[in-house]
This record gives sequence, structure tokens and C-alpha cells, in this order.
Amino acid sequence: MTGPSRLRMTGYAALQVVLCVPALVLFVLNAVAGVLVVIVVGIPVLLLTLPASRWLADRHRRMAADVLGSPVPSPYRPTGDAGPMERLRIWAADPMTWRDEAWLLLAMPLALTLSLLVVLLLVLVVTGVVWWFGVGPIMVARSRLDRALLTFGTTERLEQRVEALTETRNESLDHSAAELRRIERDLHDGAQARLVGLGLTLGMAADLMERDPEGARRILDEARQTTGSALGDLRDVVRGIHPPVLADRGLRSAVEALSLDLAVPVEVRGSCGERLPAPVESAVYFAVAECLANLGKHADAAHAWVELSREEDLLRVVVGDDGHGGADPGAGTGMRGVARRLAAFDGTMRVSSPNGGPTLVTLEVPCASSSPRTRPSSEKA
Amino acid sequence: MRVVLAEDQTLLREGLIRLLESHDCQVVAAAEDADSLALALADPDVADVALLDVRLPPTGTDEGLRAAVEVRRRRPGFPVLVLSQYVERIYARELLADGQGGVGYLLKERVGDVLEFVDALRRVAGGGTVLDPEVVAAVMARRRPVERLTPREREVLGLMAEGRSNAAIAAELVVTEKAVAKHTNNIFAKLDLPPVPDDNRRVLAVLAWLEF
Repeated sequence: MTGPSRLRMTGYAALQVVLCVPALVLFVLNAVAGVLVVIVVGIPVLLLTLPASRWLADRHRRMAADVLGSPVPSPYRPTGDAGPMERLRIWAADPMTWRDEAWLLLAMPLALTLSLLVVLLLVLVVTGVVWWFGVGPIMVARSRLDRALLTFGTTERLEQRVEALTETRNESLDHSAAELRRIERDLHDGAQARLVGLGLTLGMAADLMERDPEGARRILDEARQTTGSALGDLRDVVRGIHPPVLADRGLRSAVEALSLDLAVPVEVRGSCGERLPAPVESAVYFAVAECLANLGKHADAAHAWVELSREEDLLRVVVGDDGHGGADPGAGTGMRGVARRLAAFDGTMRVSSPNGGPTLVTLEVPCASSSPRTRPSSEKA
Repeated sequence: MRVVLAEDQTLLREGLIRLLESHDCQVVAAAEDADSLALALADPDVADVALLDVRLPPTGTDEGLRAAVEVRRRRPGFPVLVLSQYVERIYARELLADGQGGVGYLLKERVGDVLEFVDALRRVAGGGTVLDPEVVAAVMARRRPVERLTPREREVLGLMAEGRSNAAIAAELVVTEKAVAKHTNNIFAKLDLPPVPDDNRRVLAVLAWLEF
């Protein structure tokens, strides 16, 4: 038999029997306080009892996970650092809160019976044989019951996933449409305009060739300078689409190249192992670029660092500085854009920036690595 | 002057061969990918200088740059002029890391100014350091590196990084050569550079400037 030993499962059963008492108390308190919210008194009570209920439910999730040998996640909606009223609102809107209540009310009597049975079978000694064969199946049944109530089912999970994907997909589409418009404008105002000018200059040179060769030579010189400016414009556009060092060397070198252009000294540490998939690499690169740009503009820092690390399939990048802190991730469109772009890869961004610093921006993106691509020659610079 | 050339775009390769041969250079090998370049540089003695594109087949990333670093590892100080559509400081740093001189790093479009380009190639072949004005400008844009230098000294350092001689710097800034020599001495003193022969010292000044 895999999973925990019989004695361990019996220990869990005993614990579950004991925990029934606080469960019952919490259920009553939650229900009463829920009603008393209308006359305000319920609010402080709920602020204490709901986290306690969640803690209790989490203990049971862990025990169920151990018995079943598979993870039983704790799928609460994040509250971040919301204020007390906002937190209550998020809790009320979270279907998991109501499932916890249902679990406290409905499952407890039935689950208690199962757990108690396991404990009794052992304690009564004469039923030892029944205990030996029964403890496994009974505890599995109890854990399945807990799991069914304390986590979302496949359908609910899929619904939530579809909702999240629809949202991030729309944002990605908006983002790429905006990017295309920006590129179009940059080309139109830059390289394209210069090439038009170049054609004109060359025409003038051709016209002057016979009559004033010296003048024609001067104009040709001017034309060559215009090609230089046009190339400069194109380089800037390409850097905005996909920076050359990123294409050549990958994320770490590209971040290093980025840090060289900053007025604040930036230390780049760690590595992200083998090459990442190109879209992830690019999204993380631009996210780091935005963080570093903000840091250069606002943080007033003397020292900054970027730390790259990779754990299994999770890439983590921490951008930190010793500036004055107080950064608000919601304030600028830039950081919101970063969060949206990362969300398209199920990535997240966390900002910790107390007044007085330091500021830490943590980017996390799940990723499976890919080998470096070989590109067709038509794509090269 | 014997040149090994690596450039994968046929049009530019043919153009460079024609340009070099009309300026008393002999193109001993014209490679179009990393493999043929490795073959051409197997014995560096066949050439006085290598002119390399950064991106070469098969992967079209940084083969040319890696070939440059590799040949200089085998033959320290072997003159290499690297051309690219983009100049990146991180690559300039890699090229200059061995502190040997004889390194050039220019934007491809600089070949348009034929005389200047051929001059740069000769300076690199003679052990000089030639950095693209764009790299120099990028470093210049930042406050940090050499705050101890006066604006004029910074200007002189920038032109040194581009590989100019004292005479050329004097002409560019419209001052006497003696004044330039005074500036360069100040720069060396302020950057704590040890007394070494002048050419190498200039390279070291550039290295310090790029924060190695």
C-alpha cells in the first residue's frame, strides 16, 4: 500500500475528531456574524472567524492530500493587501468561502462518523482485524469527501480557466494591435519619410550631374547621410520589436546589455538555464526593461540588481533597488502593461515598495524551455 | 594589406571585395558562413586583418563575434574589424576584454564613407582600437562613468575610443596637438592608468571608460 501508514492515518482520524469541535463553533459564529453584518457588529467577528475557518479547512486539505497522494489545492481568491471591508467583499464573492461553510455544516457529521469509526476500531482492540483492513478505504473515502467540497471540481476549474483565458487573450490582442499601430507610425514618420527624401535628393543629384558635378557630389554626400539616418530609425524600430542581443544570446545577456545603458549601476545575477521559449523570453525582457526604466526615472537609487532564477518550470526575475521606495504598481500605464503582458503566459508580477525602500519587483512566469532556434536567412539582419 | 572577409549577403560581400581591392587590399578569403570562416582563419598568418560580419549562417546570431574572440585567443592581438547592423556595448566589451588592441567594431553603414572606412581598417591592422561613434555616444549619454573628467577631456576620450590619433583629434577639435597631449595625460592620470607604451595605454583608457 502506498501513502501514509495505518497508524498515521489513524492519527489523522483522531485529529479530525478533535477538530470537529472548533469546526462546529466556527460554523455557528460565521452564520450568526454573517447575519449581524447588517448592524456592523458582525464585521470584526467575521474578520477573525473566516480566516480561522480557512486555516481549519487548509489543515484538512493537507491531510486529504497526504492520504490521497495527490495535491489538494487551496483555491481562495487572493486578497493582496486590501483593507478590511474590501477583504470581506472579496471573501463574500469567493465561491470557496461558501463551500467552506457547506463543508463545516454538511460534511462534518458524516466525516466525523468515518474518522471516529477508524479511531474506535483501533481502540477497541478486538476489532483490530477490521481496523487493519478498513483504515485505508475508510480514510480514502473521508479524504475524497473533503476534497470534493474543499476544492473546485473539473468543470468549475475549467470555467474559471476559460474566464481567465478570455480576459488575457483580449488583452493580448489589444496589446499587439497597439504595438502594430506604434510600429506603423514609427516607420511612417522615420525611415519611410527619410527614404522619400533620399529619392528626392538623388533626383536632384542626377539633374545636376552634367551642369555642376561638384554640387552633385555634395548632394550625393547628403544622400549617404540620409541613408545613415534611415538605418538608425530602422534600428530603433527593430530594438522595440526584438532586441538583437536577445535574439543572439538570450535573456541574461540582453538584460546585461540593458543594464549597461542605465545611469544607475545594475548588477545582474543568476541565470535562467537553457534558452526559454521565444515569446516568454521577449515578454520577460520587456517587463525587465520597463522595471529598469522606472527605476532610472523615479527610484533615486544608488544601486540596483536583477536576479534571474529558474526552478523546474518556473522562471523568477527579481528587479530590486535601494531607492526611496513608495512605488505604486497601479499608478503608471507601463507597469500595468507589464502585468498584462505577463498574464498572457500565466505569469505574475508582485511589487513590494515600502516608503524608504527597498523596492522589489518579482516577476514569475511558468515556462518549458526550448532549444535555440535556427532561423531562415531571410529573417536575419 | 591582406584581408580575410566574412559576410553572408552576396551583394555586400562583392561590394566589399571591390572596395578593398581598389584600395590596395588583397582579399585572401571571402567566407559566407561560420564554417568557411573557421577554415579561412585556421592559420591567421595568411592575413593581416579580418573583416567580419557579426551575424553569419548557420544560426545567424553572433558567429562572427565568436570567431573574432576565438582567433584572438589563439593569436593574441590578431587585428579584427567587426561589422554589424547593430552596435552593442556588451559585444564591444567582449571584443576589448583581452586588452590587446587591434580591434574595430563598426556599424555596417560606415562602409559608405569609403575613405574613412579603409582608414579605420588600416588603423585596426596597425594595432589601433576603433569603436563606432554610436557605441561612444551611448556611453557618453550616461552620467556615471568618468565624472572626474572635464567635458573637454571626455570629448578627447570619446575620439580616442573611435581610434583617432592625437593629430586627428587636434584637427577635429581645432586645437593644437600639444593641447590634446595635455588632455590625454590628464585622462590617464585621472583614470589611474599605469605608465605603458602609448598605444596600449589608449586602449586601456577606453576599457576603463567602458567599465570593464
